[in-house]
Amino acid sequence: MCHMLPSDRAVNLLGMMLRMRRLEEQVIHFAEDHQGLIRGHFHVYIGQEAAGAAACAALKTEDYIYTTHRNHAHVVAKGGDMGRVLAEIIGRLDGYCKGRAGTFHVAAPQLGVLHTSAIVGGCLPLAAGTAYASKIQGNGRSTIVFFGDGAMEEGVFYETMNISQLWGLPVIFYMENNAVQPGERAGRGSPTSEHSAKALSDIPRAFSMETHVVDGTDLEAVYDLVSGLVEKTRRGEGPFFIESRTSRWPGNYGNFPKSVGGDTDVSWAWSPESAPEAVRKWEELSDPVLLYARKLLEQNSISREGLLDLDERIRREVEDAAKFALNSALPPAEAAVEFAYA
Amino acid sequence: MRTLKFAAALAEAIDEALTAEPKITLIGAGFGGLAGGQFFNPLREKYADRIKYPPISEIGFTGIGVGAAMAGLRPIVDYGTATFSYEAIPQIINEAAIACSNSGGQTSAPIVFHMLHGIRGAGGVQHSGSPHPWYWNTPGLQVVEPGTPADVKGLFRWAALKSRNPTVFVDHARLMDDEGEVPDGEYDIPFGQAKVERPGTDVSIIAAGIQVPRALAAAATLAGQGIQAEVLNLRTLEPLDKPAILASVQKTGRVVVTDESHDNCGVAAGLAAIVADEAFRHLKAPIKRVSTMAVPVPYAQTLEDYVTPTAERIVAAAKAVMG
Repeated sequence: MCHMLPSDRAVNLLGMMLRMRRLEEQVIHFAEDHQGLIRGHFHVYIGQEAAGAAACAALKTEDYIYTTHRNHAHVVAKGGDMGRVLAEIIGRLDGYCKGRAGTFHVAAPQLGVLHTSAIVGGCLPLAAGTAYASKIQGNGRSTIVFFGDGAMEEGVFYETMNISQLWGLPVIFYMENNAVQPGERAGRGSPTSEHSAKALSDIPRAFSMETHVVDGTDLEAVYDLVSGLVEKTRRGEGPFFIESRTSRWPGNYGNFPKSVGGDTDVSWAWSPESAPEAVRKWEELSDPVLLYARKLLEQNSISREGLLDLDERIRREVEDAAKFALNSALPPAEAAVEFAYA
Repeated sequence: MRTLKFAAALAEAIDEALTAEPKITLIGAGFGGLAGGQFFNPLREKYADRIKYPPISEIGFTGIGVGAAMAGLRPIVDYGTATFSYEAIPQIINEAAIACSNSGGQTSAPIVFHMLHGIRGAGGVQHSGSPHPWYWNTPGLQVVEPGTPADVKGLFRWAALKSRNPTVFVDHARLMDDEGEVPDGEYDIPFGQAKVERPGTDVSIIAAGIQVPRALAAAATLAGQGIQAEVLNLRTLEPLDKPAILASVQKTGRVVVTDESHDNCGVAAGLAAIVADEAFRHLKAPIKRVSTMAVPVPYAQTLEDYVTPTAERIVAAAKAVMG
C-alpha cells in the first residue's frame, strides 16, 4: 500500500513540516528572547509535524479538524497564516481570534477549525458532533480530531467512542502518542504509569472500531493511511481510530518548552553528528522533519542545496510572520466584554 | 385564548419548531419527565427520524450536540432530570459557553439544553436539584425559566428557532400539569422580556419559574390582607430584563425576590444584589429572598415541604418587608 509521493508533492509536504517546526521555534524564541511577551505557559508540536502535516494534507479547506493545547502547527497545516497564528499566540488584534484565545485555543472557522479546547479530551465529542452534522447535512465533509494519549484517561473519551461507533459517525480519532521510544514506534505497546491497558489501541477495538497504528514520524505512511480513511468518511463511513506514535522531543519540558539544541539545522539531515549532544540522538532517530528530508535526499527528490534554499525561504516567511505579529496592536481593553454572545 | 397544560404548550412548541426548521435535531426526548406522556408520545412517533436516543452518556451526547451546533445544526438536547446535566458540565461550561467569545464572535453554538429541575415530590436528593444558578453564573449561556404555559410555548419556540447562542432551558417538573391561558396560533417570546403578571403598588415580588404561580397565589392572599403585591415574571435570567425589575422597584419600594434554587450565589441572591446596587434609593425596606433552604433536598414529605420556597413563605416575606 505504501507508494512514493510525486516528488513535488513530497517537497511541498516537507516544506509544510519545516514551516510547522520554524513556527514553534519562533514561539519558543518569543518566550526566551522577549521579556513578558508570552506571559503564561504554552506547548509546542515539535516532533509530531509529520502527523499533522500529512493528516491535514489529506483534507480540503471545508473539512474540519479539532485540536488541543498543541494547536499552533495544526492550524498552519490546515492552511492557517503563520502571522495570524503568531499574533494570536501573543494576544494581538490580528490573531485569528482577535487575541481572545491565545496559545491554547486558536480557532479559525474559515479553515474548518471551529473551536479548540485545551481541556484534555474536550474536543472529542465536539468532533463527533460535527461529523454527526455532516452526516445529516450529507455534505461529504470529513472531521479529524487530534488528541494526546492523555485524553484516553478521561471519561469523555469512552462515551464519545461508544456513541460514535453506535451512530456510525464519519470522524477520524487521531491519537498522538508522543511518548514512544524510537525502537518501539513500529510496535503497538504503550506501557505507561497512567493507563492499565498494555496497548492503547486495544481500547477502540473493544468498541468494535476500525483501528490503525502508525509510525507518526513517517509522513508518507500517515498520508497513505489518513487519505484512505478520509475518502471513507466522505461516503459517510466511520468512525476510525488511529494511534500515531512519535518520540518526545528533548525540549519538551512540560509547560515551558526550551530550545535545548538551538533551532533545527537541516544539514543535520546528512551530518547528524554535528547536532548538539542534547538533541543528537533524537534528531538522528526521531525527528520527523529530518527523517523525511533524509529520505527525499536519498531518493534524489531534493538536493542538499535545494533543501537549504527551501529552509531559507521558510525562515524568511516565519521572520515576516513574527514581525507581523509583533507589529499587531493589543486589543483595546474595552473589547474584553464583547463577543460573549453571538 | 385557550387553556392548556404546561406540558401541552411545550409539546406544541416542539411540534411547531420541528416542522418549521429542518436543522433541528433532537438528542433525547424526555421533555416532561414522568408527566405529559399523552402530549409528548405523539411527537416521539411523528418525528422518530429526527430523534436520537443516546446511551446514558451525558458528557458525550452533550458535546455531540454542541459540535453539531457549531457545524450548522440546531440541536435540542434533553436530559430529563436537570441534575444529570452535572455529568455534562464540562461540555456546557467549558466548550459551548466559551466558543463564541474565544473565537472573537466567529463560532456560535445555537443549542438548547432542556432539563427538568426542582422539588418534584419524592425525587430525593438527586432528582430535586436546581442547577440554573450554576448556568446563570456562566457568561456565554442564556438561561430560560418559564413560569406559565404561555411562557413555555413562546420561549421554547424562540430558543429552538431564533436564538443564536447556547440556551439552558429549565422547566420545573411540577409545572407540567399546571394549566393556563395560551394564545392561539404560533408566537414567539423573545428572551429578555419580563412580564408583569399582576400589577400592584405595595411590594414587588420578583419571581422566576415555578415561583411565578406561587407568587400569584401569595399575591392573592396578600390582597385579602390589604397588601397590593406586584408580581414580575422574569422568564429569562440571561438576558435579564433589568429595566422591568427597576421599574417595579421604583414603583413599590419594597422587594421580595424568589426562585426555587439555593440562596448562596443563587438566583435570588443575584437579583437582590442588582436591586441593592441599582435601586437602593427607591427602597423603603431591606430586600427579602425566598429560596430553597440551604440543605440538599431531603426525601420525606414533611422535610421536602419545609425546604420548599412556598407561597406561604413568600407571603411571610412580603409582610416582613411591609413592616
